Amino acid sequence: MTGALILVLCAAPFVALVGCLVLRGPRICEALNLLAGAVSFACALPLPFLVHGRELLFWDGYVILDGTAAWVVLCTSIVYFLASIYAIGYMRLLGEEERLHRFYALFAGFGLTTLVGPFMNNVGIYWIAIELTTLVSTFLVAFERVAESMEAAWKYIMVVSAGISLALLGTVLFYWCGTFVLGPTYQMTWAALTDAAPRMDRVLLVLAFLLVLVGYGTKVGLAPMHSWLPDAHSESPAPVSAMLSGALLNTAMLGIVRFLRITRAADLGLLPQMVLVAFGTLSLFVGAVFIVRQQGIKRLMAYSSIEHMGVVALGFGFGGALGVGGALYHMLNHSLNKSLMFFGAGNMMRAYGTKEIARIAGVGRHFPVQGALWLAGAVAITGAPPFGLFLSEFTIMRAGLKPSFSWAVYAMAILLIVIFIGFLNHFRSMYFARNEGEAAPARGVTAWCSVPMWLAFAPILVLGLWWPAGVWTYLTSLAQFLSPGVP
Amino acid sequence: MLIQNLSPLASSLFSLLAIASLLLSFVMLGSRWLKNYLYAFAAESWIIAMLSAAVGYYGSYPELYLIAILTLLFRGLLLPYLIWRIIRRLEVDREIQVVVQPSSSLVIGALFVMFALAVSFRVAAEFHLELTVAVLALTVMLSMKLIGFVMLAVRHEAITQILGLLVLENGIFLGSQILVPGMPLLIELVILFDLLIIVACFGVLVSYLLRHVGSTSTLSLKRLVG
Repeated sequence: MTGALILVLCAAPFVALVGCLVLRGPRICEALNLLAGAVSFACALPLPFLVHGRELLFWDGYVILDGTAAWVVLCTSIVYFLASIYAIGYMRLLGEEERLHRFYALFAGFGLTTLVGPFMNNVGIYWIAIELTTLVSTFLVAFERVAESMEAAWKYIMVVSAGISLALLGTVLFYWCGTFVLGPTYQMTWAALTDAAPRMDRVLLVLAFLLVLVGYGTKVGLAPMHSWLPDAHSESPAPVSAMLSGALLNTAMLGIVRFLRITRAADLGLLPQMVLVAFGTLSLFVGAVFIVRQQGIKRLMAYSSIEHMGVVALGFGFGGALGVGGALYHMLNHSLNKSLMFFGAGNMMRAYGTKEIARIAGVGRHFPVQGALWLAGAVAITGAPPFGLFLSEFTIMRAGLKPSFSWAVYAMAILLIVIFIGFLNHFRSMYFARNEGEAAPARGVTAWCSVPMWLAFAPILVLGLWWPAGVWTYLTSLAQFLSPGVP
Repeated sequence: MLIQNLSPLASSLFSLLAIASLLLSFVMLGSRWLKNYLYAFAAESWIIAMLSAAVGYYGSYPELYLIAILTLLFRGLLLPYLIWRIIRRLEVDREIQVVVQPSSSLVIGALFVMFALAVSFRVAAEFHLELTVAVLALTVMLSMKLIGFVMLAVRHEAITQILGLLVLENGIFLGSQILVPGMPLLIELVILFDLLIIVACFGVLVSYLLRHVGSTSTLSLKRLVG
């Protein structure tokens, strides 16, 4: 039953990918991709309920379903579904009808690789899945075929491939660690490494973990390995930006979390967590500095993604039920909210025909409903109540209030306030500033482009007002699993 | 473990091959001609194939013969051919603007090798393997990694950067042949195919760069800042 669900979940985007390449009609490709998104979402929704704190293995142990994977896949499929709806409206505006089937084939392929990654039980194959996400999404970033998007695509594939090769080196070193315990040939699964970890050599484990952290950290966009992220997020079509930010970053973060669990089992002390916390704090700092001085609307959202990945890294670094639970909850909230923000940014970009914040003005007057929704999303993404991100950020802060990490909590609080002011200041200028010679928006927004925003907004609001007890139990059970022995 | 009970002959053969491939990455570092990069990369891949076969022979891992043949075909012939095709399409045959002179980059590379040696010695000491080929394998693995990053950082031609990435991968592959020869076949196979896809993707991107940016030097990619 569960196995069949996973199979359908991954088969849906694959069928869409093949269908788009074969049928090539723009309307039918849209429909296929939307259908794949809906099916994936429908299959991912029950997964967290089917796990019950176990590790389920399928197909000779190559596929794993544990609580964390189910959660990350749920986040991914939500973003994939919403972005598939949004893409229909947005891509029609680009006027690339004859290349549209390629876009949807790549988009389904991107969905496929990000959905498959978390299920991979073999550490090496997980690495390959992450690498494939890069290769597929590079061509989505380059889709608009202008100099800027070429530049972004080149930087993206270069920086991320180089970074992720460090993760491969780390993975090989992890395997080498294991050979001293398990013999020269063994299946390198997450469970095998975790079981063998207490008997592994510590120096080599630290080296391997640091390499893996830097490698997958590049893909997550943790500073200072974030340099590809603002370019790729800002130059790709808006639905792709939402997928990159809301789906891809989480999938890569999952790798870091699982390796962190191995180091926990090996009892390496505070070092691995401390490094993760340091990266998280630095990401928040970089996010804050660049958000305050930002001029491009999508780059603003991209730096906000760096900031939020920093927050998630802090949560996992702090550990414990509050830290891990808060970080996982933050992943879901961020996926929803960042999709909303990128959809809104894409709409405004198309309406005003510019990416520059300075040239967008009077959003509230021209788009009363849509503008209010986007503004509410902006308030939510800066972590203000009553939205989900406030709850998750607050929980993560509470998790860090122990002697070794309190400095990071103070830094986080200050930087979040700076980001709150800086981020909303840009929205103030777009909504309320009076500009001379202000350009009136060229066109309105279709339902395809506004419905997914509402679909993303409703759960953020609900999750902020009411944190379901079942979700909290689920997340704390994951915390027990990921960082055993920590209260 | 294979490493602990190697015959002296096997041990020196492994060392010879590992050192040779490290030297070839220095050839890349010290040259400005794209053709030289390509030949050095191809030769490096051939050496790695020989190493796979040698490890397979001395450690009696028959599946490594398959890996050796595939490495020869993919890394040694197909990838250089694909890259050669890309180079032929371009009108560039050497690095034109050099930020760091080849001689200085050789010195930087040497410093990185020393750093890699220090790290490997520390790690190998943990397992009491200081006197085995493990130190050398780890040193070559880490230094090829670092040299690859130097190439990525100081060179600007798109082709050089692709080859830099491939040197990164070669380093990992070489080290893993000696350190973890028992690594499951599946992973090695998939990584080989993965490389092929990477190079194909780069080929497409390079042609896009030519058409839409008008240059394959990454120095001209400076529109996106801040």
